[in-house]
Amino acid sequence: MTTVTAPATGGHRRADKPEVSDRARAETRLGQRLVAPAVILMLIVTAFPMLRAIYLSTFDYALTAPDDRNFIGVRNYVTALTDPLFWQTTGVTVLYMVITVAIELVIGFIFAMVMHRVIFARGVIRTSILVPYGIITVVSGFAWQFAFSYQNGFINGWLPFVGDDFNWFGQTGSGIVAIMVSEIWKTTPFMSLLLLAGLAQVSEDMIEAAKVDGATWTQRLTKVILPNMRAAIMVAVLFRALDAYRIFDNIFVMTAGAVKTESISFLTYRQTIEQFQLGMGSALSVLLFLSVLLVAFLIVKLFRVDLAQARQES
Amino acid sequence: MAVLAATTLSACGDSGKPVLNWYVNPDGVATFEKYAKACSTGDYDISVQLLPSSATDQRTQLARRLAAKDSSTDLMNLDPVFVAEFANAGWLEPVEGDLADSISASVEGDGDYLSGAADTVTWNDKVYAIPLWANTQVLWYRKSLAQAAGLDMTQPVTWKQVIDAASSQGGTVGVQANKYEAYVVWINALIQGAGGDIVSDTEAGRDAKVDVDSEAGRDAATIIQQLADSKAAQPDLSVSNEGTSLGQMFPASGPGEFMVNWTFVYKNYEGLIGQAGGPTKEQFADLGWARYPATVEGEASKPPVGGIDIGVGAYTKHGDWAMEAARCITSEKAQVDLALNDGLMPSTNAAYDQVAASGKFPKDLIELFRTSVDEGGPRPKSAFYAMISGAIQAKWHSPTSVDPGSTPEDSAKYLKDVLEGKSLL
Repeated sequence: MTTVTAPATGGHRRADKPEVSDRARAETRLGQRLVAPAVILMLIVTAFPMLRAIYLSTFDYALTAPDDRNFIGVRNYVTALTDPLFWQTTGVTVLYMVITVAIELVIGFIFAMVMHRVIFARGVIRTSILVPYGIITVVSGFAWQFAFSYQNGFINGWLPFVGDDFNWFGQTGSGIVAIMVSEIWKTTPFMSLLLLAGLAQVSEDMIEAAKVDGATWTQRLTKVILPNMRAAIMVAVLFRALDAYRIFDNIFVMTAGAVKTESISFLTYRQTIEQFQLGMGSALSVLLFLSVLLVAFLIVKLFRVDLAQARQES
Repeated sequence: MAVLAATTLSACGDSGKPVLNWYVNPDGVATFEKYAKACSTGDYDISVQLLPSSATDQRTQLARRLAAKDSSTDLMNLDPVFVAEFANAGWLEPVEGDLADSISASVEGDGDYLSGAADTVTWNDKVYAIPLWANTQVLWYRKSLAQAAGLDMTQPVTWKQVIDAASSQGGTVGVQANKYEAYVVWINALIQGAGGDIVSDTEAGRDAKVDVDSEAGRDAATIIQQLADSKAAQPDLSVSNEGTSLGQMFPASGPGEFMVNWTFVYKNYEGLIGQAGGPTKEQFADLGWARYPATVEGEASKPPVGGIDIGVGAYTKHGDWAMEAARCITSEKAQVDLALNDGLMPSTNAAYDQVAASGKFPKDLIELFRTSVDEGGPRPKSAFYAMISGAIQAKWHSPTSVDPGSTPEDSAKYLKDVLEGKSLL
């Protein structure tokens, strides 16, 4: 479209506000009309619930006492932000996110390398690596819950340093480990899929050249492959981190939030769905939304710095 | 589209008759099905819809429907603690006329219903549901164990006596102390047994008076601590539920246990006689029962009251029919059937008389159940009961950490903050 309009706005009046031709204006209008249905639909399904949540979060409103609804301004936010429980669940959530994403990145990269390099039974190997991703999270949660159960699970029997009657869901640390294992098992394939796409973009010529120059395997990995995959890694980490921050299903199935394994999503769920505290629940979901934005911002910032450095190096 | 059509269609029966949906908890479903059929009339059919098995999930599912003004929720089985909450939200059609008068009079011990059961369905001087069955807990024990410990079970016993008797003989005491509703049942019974309450003036909603930080609260905490520290505590105390201690009554070795548990226990063991893991005939004859233990010596215990009440949804399109159906479902005959087939005890005196006369239960056990419901103590009736229960669970769990010096005080402060919206639960 720009190529069409370029002659009309022509070079001689560049300093002034560009004159828009009737044709360009008509095209813009047509474009606006074409996207309007999609925009309206988006507003209805995303903007309305979000604004509604912000509105509700300013009330003390329990579904079971609808007549006692009071406007309380930002008090729900003050309560949440000054409550130790909120910070404890936020801490646990960050822990889930950082550890699962880090482990998934490493394992996912190995899987991506395998999928990329494998020469025999390519289809079978690629498919079997992707199987866990095809399984519903709730099902994965139940499967791992049974595996970790001290009554009929096999994990205690397999691990030499754990007693047969050790209850994984009895205390915070081991409960979190069990939830993370299920989460990692289920989503690593997604990570490896994204990384495989990045890996495929690294030119074979560069790797060959490095080989000819006498670079070792580690050097080729750290100096050639990884720097050229930065964009793909960033996408993979960003997607998974945002997903992991909203972790819910595995906690719901495996511990139901007991022994302090609760994430911020689960806390929000309990306030809204179990206790019908719509005001507080909405305030918490707004906070959850803001923290997800913050995480996204931090990751983008973090990787942008790296990308810039990579460019200066080359 | 197909799904929409299917749901619209299912609102009418095959013959075009309206269908009343009856949401039931999954206990005694066969009997419910039978009465759904029997209580259907020429005007309407009753269709049984299953709710999840946990009380919390049942509440969530019903509340979601009713909050959305669901007109297809006609009849529902309600755990007594939800009646106040649902009634306060305007989700239940009030019961009126002679039945309401009879239930109200029963609260004062002057009507057909057992007082403890009638009390669960009244809120703000109105009746919002009809009691179907009334559940209560008694102390189940091995007669040989009590005898060996020299405990006279014909007299009311205290918790301390029971714990000491069990630990002196290598036996155990079974309770429900996982982080769930039944743990609050235990704590509430202990506190009421000492003449106190968790909260009072509950009709004030969020401004209810928090009483758990009291002498009674400390007495209750003392007993929990005593059990947790005693040899009589079962190894899974902190995750124990209604099912976990059943197996300790007739263990492969050891003298058995004392256990507080609901009425289903008798039929449960009777059905297991001779089976793998079940008692022998002689062992079953050794099963004893007594009134719920007292918190304080000389003060009558307050056995927990549970059960199921039938409510009519406020948004039903067929209010009159639903109310008529609710009366039919809770009829004396239905209550006797539930007791004899499923071991779920009735809520009226007349039905109790019939169950006692049937010979299917020992007479003294039936009388014990009846007195327990009649003199039992309900859990707090409040529109914010879920919060109260949750806050108590948060501070009193695990039972091994309960300390009479701090737990009642901490939980009172926390409960107050939660009710005032100053703390997250």
